Amino acid sequence: MPVVNWIRRHLVVIAGALALAYLILPNVVVMVFSFNNPTGRFNYEWQAFSTDAWTNPCGVADMCDSLSLSLQIAVYATVGATVLGAMIAFALARYRFRGKGATNMLIFLPMAMPEVVMAASLGTLFLNMRIPFGFWTILIAHIMFCLSFVVTAVKARVMSMDPRLEQAAQDLYATPAQTFFRVTLPLAAPGIASGALLAFALSFDDFIITNFNAGSTVTFPMFVWGSAQRGTPVQINVIGTAMFVVAVLCVLVGQVLGSKRKARA
Amino acid sequence: MTAVAQAPAPVKPADPERSPAARRRRRVPYLLLFPGLAWLLIFFVAPMIYQASTSVQTGSLEKGFKVTWHFATYTDALTEYYPHFLRSVLYAGSATALCLLIGYPLAYTIAFRAGRWRNVLLVLVIAPFFTSFLIRTLAWKTILSDGGPVVSGLDTLGLLDLTSSIGLTEGHRVLATPLAVVCGLTYNFLPFMILPLYTSLERIDPRLHEASGDLYAKPLTTFRKVTFPLSMPGVVAGTLLTFIPATGDYINAELLGTTNQKMVGNVIQSQFLRVLDYPTAAALSFILMAVILVMVTLYIRKAGTEELV
Repeated sequence: MPVVNWIRRHLVVIAGALALAYLILPNVVVMVFSFNNPTGRFNYEWQAFSTDAWTNPCGVADMCDSLSLSLQIAVYATVGATVLGAMIAFALARYRFRGKGATNMLIFLPMAMPEVVMAASLGTLFLNMRIPFGFWTILIAHIMFCLSFVVTAVKARVMSMDPRLEQAAQDLYATPAQTFFRVTLPLAAPGIASGALLAFALSFDDFIITNFNAGSTVTFPMFVWGSAQRGTPVQINVIGTAMFVVAVLCVLVGQVLGSKRKARA
Repeated sequence: MTAVAQAPAPVKPADPERSPAARRRRRVPYLLLFPGLAWLLIFFVAPMIYQASTSVQTGSLEKGFKVTWHFATYTDALTEYYPHFLRSVLYAGSATALCLLIGYPLAYTIAFRAGRWRNVLLVLVIAPFFTSFLIRTLAWKTILSDGGPVVSGLDTLGLLDLTSSIGLTEGHRVLATPLAVVCGLTYNFLPFMILPLYTSLERIDPRLHEASGDLYAKPLTTFRKVTFPLSMPGVVAGTLLTFIPATGDYINAELLGTTNQKMVGNVIQSQFLRVLDYPTAAALSFILMAVILVMVTLYIRKAGTEELV
């Protein structure tokens, strides 16, 4: 039985393909349903083909405001978390100091804690300090939980860098500042970039922590959450699809450029 | 240029530990750490401590809360909400097991069978992240809708009768049942399982497989005795990255389930945002943290791996 044999030989790959399908299926559904023309308030059942939502993406009240608020918060949170996190990462990877173990633990804890616990405790603090919920409380919370991920990404990169390169720069009479800006920082840049990307993605898509610390401010995930109760506009799918396509294109372009550069080298 | 002729004056060797430069250098790590750690101490550690005190307070929003060492909040919360805790652990545990079951073949394929497609497949694993996960979770409402192709397919195969008999589904529907919630949890945390698995599988020297085969091990034996043990760090990291957030999740239960599938996260959220009973929310978070801590400790002991994270 050649067919049975073929299946047996490729069983792992078949299972892998099915797993991939499971991962991708919702994205396909989101994309297809961005062309739907639902009759009711909810966009869960296929009715008719329409490009209305694509030609009028901001046709839903408040959705594009929430989107731009989310982008703003994500940019600020990324900058804040990346600067603070990269500094910690450099200290952890390049220096010996007292309390290193405790610092590592403090960095690890926010990543190991269920988000809802962090969200509720930070919310309780803001509430009792009578700090009004809104833009700033969201930003503070986002920087807090993105920080650890940036530290981990940057630290991994700095640890893998050859310290002799920095020593060589100093032997060639570079000042510590010159060494840092012309040797250490460029070498660490990929780690910093991946940390920043991660922070951006985490902040932009965060729901749980925002839910507890936003008050009546509405970010994009909060808008989607609310619409699950009120009625889901097709435009949500348009935004989801557009983000997906743009991001995949960016990755593909990066891949092509990267392989071209490798081919030239 | 006169100095050239002179014998070099004996320079007293500066104590490298005491020179101002060294002292400045020793201060550098603390200066680098300070802003970030201060941020974490103020907005992560302090709230935790505050939360601990809130959990033993009594009062109301109007009159204010006071610490009265009211530990009954904990016992009350446990007796009232233990089904939610049970559900959280059960759903998250099932989702983690499913993630491992589904994720392992894919991670294995990417690591050993993908060839030049490896990067493309990795991108495809991460790509779903680019669409907001709430939108993707809502898409499961469409996929699992009553009478949709998935549900009627499962029904024709008789699988729904099977799941109904063990209480995973009800009648001829999947949506608004425990199965839907577990399915959503599995889906949402699958990449967190696949990526660490892939990282540890990718490090395995493929020659080990050949060596095992040369020593007359069947493929399954090779997997059981060589590949799987070597991928243990990935398995442990993946299960933790899946189980911990899944236990605290309330989004899947809210969007894909009904009141009968509510998890602890749902209770904490409604106590905090709707009921405004902050002490109960605080006590529930601490119990949740304790449950997770105990389970994770037991698990790490059992799995016994040295390399973590």
